[in-house]
Amino acid sequence: MTEETFEIELTVNGVRRTARAPARRLLSDLLRHGLGLTGTHVGCEHGVCGCCTVLLDGEPVRSCLMFAVTASGHEVTTVEGLAAPDGEMSPVQRAFQECHGLQCGFCTPGFLCTVTALLRDTPRPTDDEILEGISGNLCRCTGYQNIRRSVRRASELIAADPASGGPPAGEAGEGGR
Amino acid sequence: MKPPPFAYRAPRTLPEALAALAPAAPGTGSDTGGGGVGKVLAGGQSLIPLLNMRLAAPERLVDINRVAELDTLEVTGAGVRVGALARHARVGRSAEAAAVQPLLRRALAHVAHPVVRNRGTVVGSLAHADPSAELPAVLALLDGSVEAASAAGRRTIPAGGFFLGPLEPALLPGELAVSAFFPALPPRTGTAFVEIARRHGDYALVGVAATVTLDAGLRVAAARAGYLSVAGVPLVLDLTAACAGADAVSGGGDWEDAAAYARERVDPESDIHASADYRRHLAGVLTGRALRAATADAIDRAGEGR
Ligand SMILES: Cc1cc2nc3c(=O)[nH]c(=O)nc-3n(C[C@H](O)[C@H](O)[C@H](O)COP(=O)(O)OP(=O)(O)OC[C@H]3O[C@@H](n4cnc5c(N)ncnc54)[C@H](O)[C@@H]3O)c2cc1C
Ligand code: FES
Ligand code: FES
Repeated sequence: MTEETFEIELTVNGVRRTARAPARRLLSDLLRHGLGLTGTHVGCEHGVCGCCTVLLDGEPVRSCLMFAVTASGHEVTTVEGLAAPDGEMSPVQRAFQECHGLQCGFCTPGFLCTVTALLRDTPRPTDDEILEGISGNLCRCTGYQNIRRSVRRASELIAADPASGGPPAGEAGEGGR
Repeated sequence: MKPPPFAYRAPRTLPEALAALAPAAPGTGSDTGGGGVGKVLAGGQSLIPLLNMRLAAPERLVDINRVAELDTLEVTGAGVRVGALARHARVGRSAEAAAVQPLLRRALAHVAHPVVRNRGTVVGSLAHADPSAELPAVLALLDGSVEAASAAGRRTIPAGGFFLGPLEPALLPGELAVSAFFPALPPRTGTAFVEIARRHGDYALVGVAATVTLDAGLRVAAARAGYLSVAGVPLVLDLTAACAGADAVSGGGDWEDAAAYARERVDPESDIHASADYRRHLAGVLTGRALRAATADAIDRAGEGR
């Protein structure tokens, strides 16, 4: 029996992309293998580690817990889409670099996407809000302290230059997904 | 590819979804194949892990994410009705829902992590019927209900009859849970939700949701608690006899009678996370904490005239 495939159309990092895949193709696998965007990492594939986190219409979601066909018609932002088109890093990326918010970097794409949305919604987070915001992302290297500092620093960088901070915002509002 | 193959339907309306779910239905789209019974895919935050680990192999998935009419959240004086596509995050953010039934938001703060709550649905969590999940215990404690629909018609299933066993809701093949209803909190009533988990955001070793209602003299008139992770289904205990008449303003005493009653009534199992004895101990401790917090909340609300 040949498996049925579906036409999938996504806007990924501002570019319209199409692919054909069976319904069981995970969004994470479509991004990595179908579209060559290997910045999105895959660790546990059951929603626990957070390293596959991407933005779907601006909201962070686990790409390992979504079928690509379900995401069809929506906008996806991956870690490759966080920097400016000229390659200038986003404030969140700069803060992680400055504060050594990464070591091996495996968890980093998920943290960057999660924190980008966190600071868009909560530009001045309290310490508790930072902890709650990143509580669903695991890092086996840093011990989290530098990641916490990176979030704090990113918040300062965005406050100093709000225009530069413009992380990609979703077009769909509440309930639009 | 990790998940096993399945036939896939993505209906856009409720009638299409029900037709696609119906046992051995001919289907609604141009797609073919996939006899047998359809399984609902909502937020996928419980189902897709099971598929990725190949612990489930449904023949046909009916993805309801495009059925806009299920993406609803209605708040009235009577309570909160949550549609099948309302995500945890949306329900937890709703100030209107929290005003009418505060326990919903309190419990949702313990459900997984914010990113998982962006996709997972309240109704999906009920339909998954995990005895360690927060929302089934809340629905059971509040005597809420689930509205189910199939190609054959609609019915309302009271919470007391909805949870049949671990991961076993009272939904028939071909039935879709279209919404869940959480009744409003009565006057002079406070709520609390407490749990102990290995790590923040994990499923609880034991969790307790409580409601405490005061009389006009600010004495405890009724106290109830809903327990998770202590039995195969959510357990609801009426603790009124163990704390009736306690003076709420003085903190209501030590709640030891209620805690002892809870320890006696729970029936936890040992697993790799905790022994049955430890869970029983936690059930007692958390009963006291939940009642104390719910009583304090009831005093606050009574003071505000609610
Ligand atoms: C890392 C992680 C941690 C988590 N921690 C917790 C936690 O601490 N507490 C907790 O409660 N949950 C937790 N969850 C699960 C989460 O709350 C899920 O969102 C929820 O259990 C299921 O909702 P869903 O919409 O994702 O359903 P799905 O995964 O899409 O479906 C789950 C099951 O319910 C059925 N179903 C779903 N919707 C309907 C419907 N409308 N009608 C009929 N059947 C339906 C499906 O067929 C399937 O069998 C966690 C998940 C992850 C990934
Ligand atoms: S790979 Fe998706 S959460 Fe771990
Ligand atoms: S930097 Fe190595 S896992 Fe986080």
